[in-house]
Amino acid sequence: MSDLTRLTIAEARAALDAKQFTSLELTDAYLAAMEAHRDLNAYILETPEKAREMAKASDQRIAAGKAGPLEGIPLGIKDLFATEGIHTQACSHILNGFQPTYESTITGNLWRDGAVMLGKLNMDEFAMGSSNETSYYGPVKNPWKAKGDNKELVPGGSSGGSAAAVAAHLCAGATATDTGGSIRQPAAFTGTVGIKPTYGRCSRWGIVAFASSLDQAGPISRDVRDCAIMLKSMASVDPKDTTSVDIEVPDYEASIGKSVKGMKVGVPAEYRVDGMPEEIEALWQKGIAWLKDAGAEVVDISLPHTKYALPAYYIVAPAEASSNLARYDGVRYGLRVPGEDVVSMYENTRAEGFGPEVRRRIMIGTYVLSAGYYDAYYVKAQKVRTLIKRDFETVFADGVDAILTPATPTAAFGLADQDMAADPVKMYLNDIFTVTVNMAGLPGIAVPAGLDGKGLPLGLQLIGKPFDEATLFQLAHVIEQQAGRFSPDV
Amino acid sequence: MSVDQATVRRIARLARIRISDNEVPKLEGELNRILDWIELLGEVDTENVEPMTSVVSMQMRKREDAVTDGGYPERVTANAPQSDDNFFMVPKVVE
Repeated sequence: MSDLTRLTIAEARAALDAKQFTSLELTDAYLAAMEAHRDLNAYILETPEKAREMAKASDQRIAAGKAGPLEGIPLGIKDLFATEGIHTQACSHILNGFQPTYESTITGNLWRDGAVMLGKLNMDEFAMGSSNETSYYGPVKNPWKAKGDNKELVPGGSSGGSAAAVAAHLCAGATATDTGGSIRQPAAFTGTVGIKPTYGRCSRWGIVAFASSLDQAGPISRDVRDCAIMLKSMASVDPKDTTSVDIEVPDYEASIGKSVKGMKVGVPAEYRVDGMPEEIEALWQKGIAWLKDAGAEVVDISLPHTKYALPAYYIVAPAEASSNLARYDGVRYGLRVPGEDVVSMYENTRAEGFGPEVRRRIMIGTYVLSAGYYDAYYVKAQKVRTLIKRDFETVFADGVDAILTPATPTAAFGLADQDMAADPVKMYLNDIFTVTVNMAGLPGIAVPAGLDGKGLPLGLQLIGKPFDEATLFQLAHVIEQQAGRFSPDV
Repeated sequence: MSVDQATVRRIARLARIRISDNEVPKLEGELNRILDWIELLGEVDTENVEPMTSVVSMQMRKREDAVTDGGYPERVTANAPQSDDNFFMVPKVVE
């Protein structure tokens, strides 16, 4: 990796301000790295011309003393975000050729603040997956490999392209989205930092919808400070998304380095699951010790409905997906496969356009919403969701400031894992520690905390109170200071 | 609850996804595997529990009922697989 791509966003920003190099030079360094690492399949589209044009404009603004908070910083954009005039397909064949005539609010915020777009990042189709293997554009390879083993590993999903690109230094930071763990699980699998903010913190406008009551965007970056810098730009209230919340976006970076003395951190008994590797448990204990050393008080807590979160999620998310994805009918955009009449055109288009995992989830969603089953499944799941949220509310009311858990039940697994291919539920279990957070609408951050015996990164998760992302950055920074940072050999 | 092959075909029809005969048994197995697992929720006592309607307690913002956007049909139809004179084209629906 070059000296320029080694820098964090904070370091690059300072160097650009000091005129040590230009944004064009930084951008060219990333474009060269992207080309050299096409084998990872992290980008599904590189936009070098657009990137250089944006970098030159940034250099002019820097020279004029009009630099924005992300001026000249090259970023990768998950293919779920609408980018005007540029490929936006949620890595699905059904959006074949789609080039939006509008820009998502989040990417618009990033460009407003001076960021440079390098290209569109690979992901699981419609963000449905935990390994980035459901993408129409093929799997992403994790830049990490186990020591002495050449086997290719998955980067996690659905934001697998984002996490792999950040870890391999193919962008300074990336946008991502998280419906059940799609930011935090890939961050944990690649030794990067990822935050899913509180539901409503970021606008969902212009993000291809999967499950609207759970979807939330956030950044993936190489350290905690960069994550704070990116979220500050991404978050906003938006008249075009009525679920975006009108609460001032704090200066998250200011909370980094502040003492955590006296903070109360909860450790939930229910996250100690059967079959969890000892290394994960040891990592968790290390995290507890680091926070105690920093002056936090660590208390045992109970979140009794934890084990019901994932099955409830697999009712709510597919139900919402079956409704959201009804729009792909071959009429207004994307793929059309002809048929003898309009209904057979719909059926042929959707059969060819959607991959197997997306089809499966649409069918589950259609079933649980169908006449006679709505109360038994959907209403039941929404009631369970109330109980899951109540578990967290009770703990926070008792004075707990944040909750510490493992981010994932394992380290990154192999590409084309046979067990997971044979049993969809096995793949779903990847999100066992992250999905509760979406169900309750809370913020959660994954921060790298160590390597396992094979040299693969493992992450811890911190869960916060609604709109208290600042505390998560504060605590995550303590873990980062103690654990150090982790980079693959690329 | 579980699905049989006739139900799998009915769901696919409702979802407007064409499935071939040889896909039906595989889908039946996969859907039942997921539905079996979801049955775990039966253990939870949800008597007197309100179903969640909004994950964040907030008042929905409202705005004046006025046109704030539009007037560019060519942009709306720009990505259509088939369009004519700013209309979406579909196979003939009425004889």
